Amino acid sequence: MAGKPELMPGTLDLLILKTLTRAPQHGYGIALAIKRLSDDVLTVEEGSLYPALQRLLLRGLVKAEWKMSETNRRARFYTLTAAGRKRLGIEMSEFERMVAAIGRVLQNA
Amino acid sequence: MDPLIEFFRKLSRLLRRERFHSELEEEMAFHRERLEQQMRDDGVEDEEAGYAARRRFGNELQLREQSQDVLSFRFEPLLQDLRYALRQLGKNFWFSATAVAILALGIGATTAIFSVVNPILFQPLPYSHPERMAMIWEARNDGSPLEVSFGSFYGLRQRSRSFAAIAVERAWQPTRSSTAEPERFDGQRVTPGYFRALGVLPALGRDFEDADDRFQGPNVTILSDGLWRRRFGGDAAIIGHDITLDGNLYTVIGVMPRGFENVLSPSAQLWAPLQYNPSLPPDGREWGHHLRMIARLQPGVSRAQARSELDAILPAWAQAHAPGYTSSGGPPTGFLVDSVQADMTRDVRPALLAILGAVAVVLLIACVNVTNLLLARAAQRRGEFAMRAALGASRARLAGQLITEGLLLAFIGGLFAVAVAELGLRGLLALSPPELPRLAAVRLNGSVFAFATAITTLVGIAFGLFPALHISRRELQSGIRQSSDRTVSGHQTTRRTLVIVEVALALVLLVSAGLLLRSVQRIFAIPPGFDPSHMITMQVQEAGRRYQSDADRDRYFTRTADAVRRIPGVVSAAFTSQLPLSGDFATYGVQFEAYPNQSFAPAFRYAIDPDYFATMRIPLLRGRLLDEHDRPPAPVAVVISESLARHNFADRDPIGQRIRIGPDIGHADRPWAVIVGVVGDVKQASLSGGEPDAVYATRSQWSWVDNAQSLVVRTRGDAAAMAPAVRAAIWSVDKDQPVERVATMDAIVAASESQRHFALVLFEGFALIALLLAATGIYGTLAGSVTERTREIGVRSALGASRGSILGLIFRQGMGLAMMGVAIGFVGAIAASRALITLLFGISPLDPVTYMGVIALLLGVSALACLVPARRAAGIDPAITLRAE
Repeated sequence: MAGKPELMPGTLDLLILKTLTRAPQHGYGIALAIKRLSDDVLTVEEGSLYPALQRLLLRGLVKAEWKMSETNRRARFYTLTAAGRKRLGIEMSEFERMVAAIGRVLQNA
Repeated sequence: MDPLIEFFRKLSRLLRRERFHSELEEEMAFHRERLEQQMRDDGVEDEEAGYAARRRFGNELQLREQSQDVLSFRFEPLLQDLRYALRQLGKNFWFSATAVAILALGIGATTAIFSVVNPILFQPLPYSHPERMAMIWEARNDGSPLEVSFGSFYGLRQRSRSFAAIAVERAWQPTRSSTAEPERFDGQRVTPGYFRALGVLPALGRDFEDADDRFQGPNVTILSDGLWRRRFGGDAAIIGHDITLDGNLYTVIGVMPRGFENVLSPSAQLWAPLQYNPSLPPDGREWGHHLRMIARLQPGVSRAQARSELDAILPAWAQAHAPGYTSSGGPPTGFLVDSVQADMTRDVRPALLAILGAVAVVLLIACVNVTNLLLARAAQRRGEFAMRAALGASRARLAGQLITEGLLLAFIGGLFAVAVAELGLRGLLALSPPELPRLAAVRLNGSVFAFATAITTLVGIAFGLFPALHISRRELQSGIRQSSDRTVSGHQTTRRTLVIVEVALALVLLVSAGLLLRSVQRIFAIPPGFDPSHMITMQVQEAGRRYQSDADRDRYFTRTADAVRRIPGVVSAAFTSQLPLSGDFATYGVQFEAYPNQSFAPAFRYAIDPDYFATMRIPLLRGRLLDEHDRPPAPVAVVISESLARHNFADRDPIGQRIRIGPDIGHADRPWAVIVGVVGDVKQASLSGGEPDAVYATRSQWSWVDNAQSLVVRTRGDAAAMAPAVRAAIWSVDKDQPVERVATMDAIVAASESQRHFALVLFEGFALIALLLAATGIYGTLAGSVTERTREIGVRSALGASRGSILGLIFRQGMGLAMMGVAIGFVGAIAASRALITLLFGISPLDPVTYMGVIALLLGVSALACLVPARRAAGIDPAITLRAE
């Protein structure tokens, strides 16, 4: 795992919320989606994924229900709530502002 | 995001905890399976894939804990810690029991003492606006307080504007003899403002009014709730009915509320108006200093303002009533206006504060002792903590665990401490000196429990914090190796410091107890001036108005004394108007014919049967004693005490000199009394008090015959056993006279120093506990050190060290700690003895005998405590220890 970049702090919640905009997903699916969409650059540590999911559940940004998975096993699927969608909008614009700011510093300094 | 909603979500999940756990587990299992599947798809071997998946997944337990941490409240890990702590304490039963016992003793003793001291010294009095209440005294020339005369009170009440209410009171002890056995009540004669000054009004009926307090006015009385329920069935119809007191009818006009606390006279059960003469005759009781004045200040008026107003009123009033003031020793220099609480507690405050300080030291020693035990245990548990740290427990979590254990221990100790406090309180109340005010308010109440809980919590946190601070990161890492000799130094240093502290504190208490013990010994070595052995005393109060004239009353007492003398086993018996060391305190001015311009210094006045001297064994020094011929119409003969003779007749023979006493002073028409003899001094007020001037006259030759007289009886055998026979003899003369205050003279002498005795008993107890705790502290630390140094000692003896040298090594180590403790404690004891100074008598606070004796005792006990581990160390077999390595 050495050499792989760590997630920027605070971005895990953002990534989880974003992956859920397409469809409800279980924990493994969320981890897989992040890995694939980032072309294997970002790996979500399971050790931080589940605590993060619990945190989002508590804040009411996602909700969870047990459904059958594509492999015909029971799995807990997470769905974005309205509050989660709103939060995602805020967090994304925050993040873009941040990236843009960092970019400006890197180009002009 | 609403924190409230989040709270409820947490709560609901907490309630369905089991389900939450199983769901989380299932979810993770699913994840791991899919991960494994994917790896296999990528071509990893079956078994290998399982391991890899698990490795990637990380420490599942830790992961689960983290997920739960998000959810859980702060108290969830606390509950876990608590369960764990309980198991820990249960596993080490004897350790826990010892710690709990020490704590229960420390916290219990502190709580018991606090429950006594709190209402007396700290809690405000149980009245509305107690800060507006004041006690008022006349000031003597030297500024000391003197009880107020009715004359002064009358003037102040008329002219002052500072008070919402102002009143005087005196003791009143009426007898109710209509019942089978005559019963004497404690009561008070008061002026009508009394209850208003306290701010408490009768629950039934009405308060006293000015019309009730007329001179020779109607007999009315207000009852206490207790008396009303006990004697009159709690019947509200009692209002307006008459009861018989001292042979007179008194109309009940009110009943005080239940729970009314009367701090000036806690035992008072009924009240009647004072009814003194407002025309203030100069030779009447209106000018006697025997009243206590209490007042309630107007809102916004300070005590200092009130005092200056009173002082401004005084000169003109004193001038207008010069004859009255002269008859009672002249007008005061001014008035003293005191807070009621400060006034009540002035005498007991030093002793109570000293005792509170002593018990705080005991608590401190107990805590140090238990901390020491905990540190010893923490040293044994280093392996456990290192293991938990390796498994991912944070330092904070481990510290939390230790604090939980400390708190748990403290609270179990606290629980037992309640029982200790309850028992201790009973003992304290049984022992308490009679001058202790507000005893009715002393009990284990809410504020006492709050106090106990607060100290228990503090103690518990301290217990956890101490070992927790010792969990250094380095130690956690090395601890798992269970190395025995490299990391001990930190613990040992702390433990040794704590032992030194313990010894030092114990020395402070021992010195204090020693000084008190020597003081009390000195006091009881003072001859009281009479022989208290084989004497029984009791008070007879002639109160039924059966003997109207002084002559009748004198005859009654004479016949009663004769009846007592006829009892087999009685050597002699006599009545006296006041009994030495019993709290009686009757002094009168003495006027000397030889010194016409001298002021009338007071002397104790005894009106006695002539047999009194023989019964008490008071020695005659010059002249003659009184005898049966000294009765009217013979000229009045008096006997004076040696100190009165020395103070006034240094240059001449007192025999034949003439004096006037008390009410006769200044009355040229009254005859002079002739001094016929000088007897030895008798301690009246207290053994430790100064030299008492005294004048003795026969009962029949004194200006009146007192109602209440103390009977002193010298017996052949056991005095206490004679009490029933003496009482029967008294009642054989008149069965309606109450008999009170039955006690042996020895008991009266002992009780006369009850405050010092009280302090002494407590200090002795505390010092003993401190000594034991310090000894166990030394023993425990040394034993722990021997265990940890087993290998080193083994090596030493393998290299040829003799048993004796090893014994000496350990012994010296322990005694070194004790010596350092003694050195530090010495300084502390010198400081503490200053605080005790008012309780000491006849010795310096630096009394070398006490210090040397106590230090020898402490070092002797320490040596015993050192010897046991030292002998164990000397017995270590090098072969066994080295093989064990």
